[in-house]
Amino acid sequence: MPRPAAKILLPVLTGVLFLSLWYGVRAVMPPDLRFLLPAPEAIGRALLANGPELARATLNTTEGATLGFLLAVTVSVFAALGLSLSPLMRVSLYPYLMMLQLMPVVVVAPILVLWVGPGLKSVTVITFLICFFPLVVNTTQGLVSTDRQLVELFRLYRARRGQELRLLRIPAALPYFFTGLRIAATLAPIGALVGDYTAGSSAGNGGGLGFQAIIYSSQAKYPALFATAAITCGLGFVFVAGVLVLSRFALARWHEAPDRKDN
Amino acid sequence: MPPPSPIVEFREVAKRFGDGPDVLADISFAAQPGDFVALIGPSGCGKSTLLRLIAGLSPVSEGTLTVAGRDPEQAAAELAFVFQDATLLPWLTVAGNVELPQRLRGVPAAARTAARHRALALTGLADRSDYLPRQLSGGQQMRVSLARALTLEPKLLLLDEPFGALDEMTRERLNEELLAIRAQQAWTAFFVTHSVAEAVFLANRVVVLSAGPGRLAEEFAVPLPYPRTADTRLTPAYQELVVRISRRLRSVAPAAVPA
Ligand SMILES: Nc1ncnc2c1ncn2[C@@H]1O[C@H](COP(=O)(O)OP(=O)(O)O)[C@@H](O)[C@H]1O
Ligand SMILES: [Mg+2]
Repeated sequence: MPRPAAKILLPVLTGVLFLSLWYGVRAVMPPDLRFLLPAPEAIGRALLANGPELARATLNTTEGATLGFLLAVTVSVFAALGLSLSPLMRVSLYPYLMMLQLMPVVVVAPILVLWVGPGLKSVTVITFLICFFPLVVNTTQGLVSTDRQLVELFRLYRARRGQELRLLRIPAALPYFFTGLRIAATLAPIGALVGDYTAGSSAGNGGGLGFQAIIYSSQAKYPALFATAAITCGLGFVFVAGVLVLSRFALARWHEAPDRKDN
Repeated sequence: MPPPSPIVEFREVAKRFGDGPDVLADISFAAQPGDFVALIGPSGCGKSTLLRLIAGLSPVSEGTLTVAGRDPEQAAAELAFVFQDATLLPWLTVAGNVELPQRLRGVPAAARTAARHRALALTGLADRSDYLPRQLSGGQQMRVSLARALTLEPKLLLLDEPFGALDEMTRERLNEELLAIRAQQAWTAFFVTHSVAEAVFLANRVVVLSAGPGRLAEEFAVPLPYPRTADTRLTPAYQELVVRISRRLRSVAPAAVPA
């Protein structure tokens, strides 16, 4: 592992190289095509110029992403508990869960807008749909792949079903749950954006980042479009970082404690 | 004739899984309270299955098996099991792991703590209560597993190759400690092992099983007096018996016996 100083310095260096490359590409581009790759400072200016608008859009998208994500987490935990108790249910439902995952959200989004109405509601539902599958599959997997010997140990000491679930299966499933959570965290802002792209326009409160992207692109405001993309990246980063912090905290007993093999 | 009220009694027991062949056949055997029975035999001859029958984890297919005079299913409270792997819950501390069986049985916290202190003192881990399993060596993890079994103060202790994964020095030390603990807590033991030396050192009865299906091939009495110490391994009586049992084991499993 590189030393702490290197862990900060190296990414900074990469960033500097990346920016140099950016300016370099702009420099060799024909001037009439440079609008395709606005200079970073132009993007910064667009960010400031459209500040209130973008802030509102960010807030709307974040709200939809968060609600859909939390809804998916809640529903998937209960669904996984149900699925883990019955192999029959798993066999019956897995193909349809699979189809849910393979379903192209962009195509289904307009239908959902018809069903649940535009704005936050459909953004939340679409985010939910895109996050649900990795969560339910990973958590179920975790609940059913408990170490056979540990299950036997619990049987031996005549543990009740509830004790086995609470003291063994659920804690053993935590690492799987957090794997699902990390995947869902990367998907939630994307889901919200896709939802917003389709359904945000008529939200009444001005829509989110997806809707803003449509507007900037139709108005040929390319630096503002790049600024929107940057904010989206930032939002995804916040989601993933949040889950990583949470999972490091929750899984500390698995991974974090210092080694004390000192006998 | 066996004396009355054995703690474990097999009568003409056979065991198979589903429509499969017999895994165990013609098992008739009685263990008296205080016996230390070592089971040794080729891999796959049904030693673990035999322990699982006693533990009530799996029913016999033929014959009868009683534990403390009852059906094994009903006798679960009398026994504890130590598996080959330490089978500790990685997210619980040593204390949490050791208290687990009593927690499952609804024993109040104060009594659990007291039992845990006693058990960890016996296994020499009194100062490791707050450690997580992964912070312990393999030998220490097995000690925790043993302590967990001892908290129940069982009448019957079943051990399935508990020290098989440890290096020889650690294993010998743990064998000595196991006998020292037994001097303080009088349980009956069934101990499965691959090591003749370990079997002779620990047990007063060594049972050799043959394979396909598993049967009792021969039983050896170990007349060495307890307490046994590291020096016991140096006595001619011990070494002679190790040689005799190793020969017998080779005759039931020509290829499968490790040197
Ligand atoms: N649950 C089970 N279902 C089917 N066969 C089993 C089961 N458990 C053990 N066996 C079979 O019983 C035989 C004895 O296994 P085991 O008792 O583990 O042997 P040992 O502990 O002596 O190595 C093996 O052939 C094994 O495949
Ligand atoms: Mg075995």
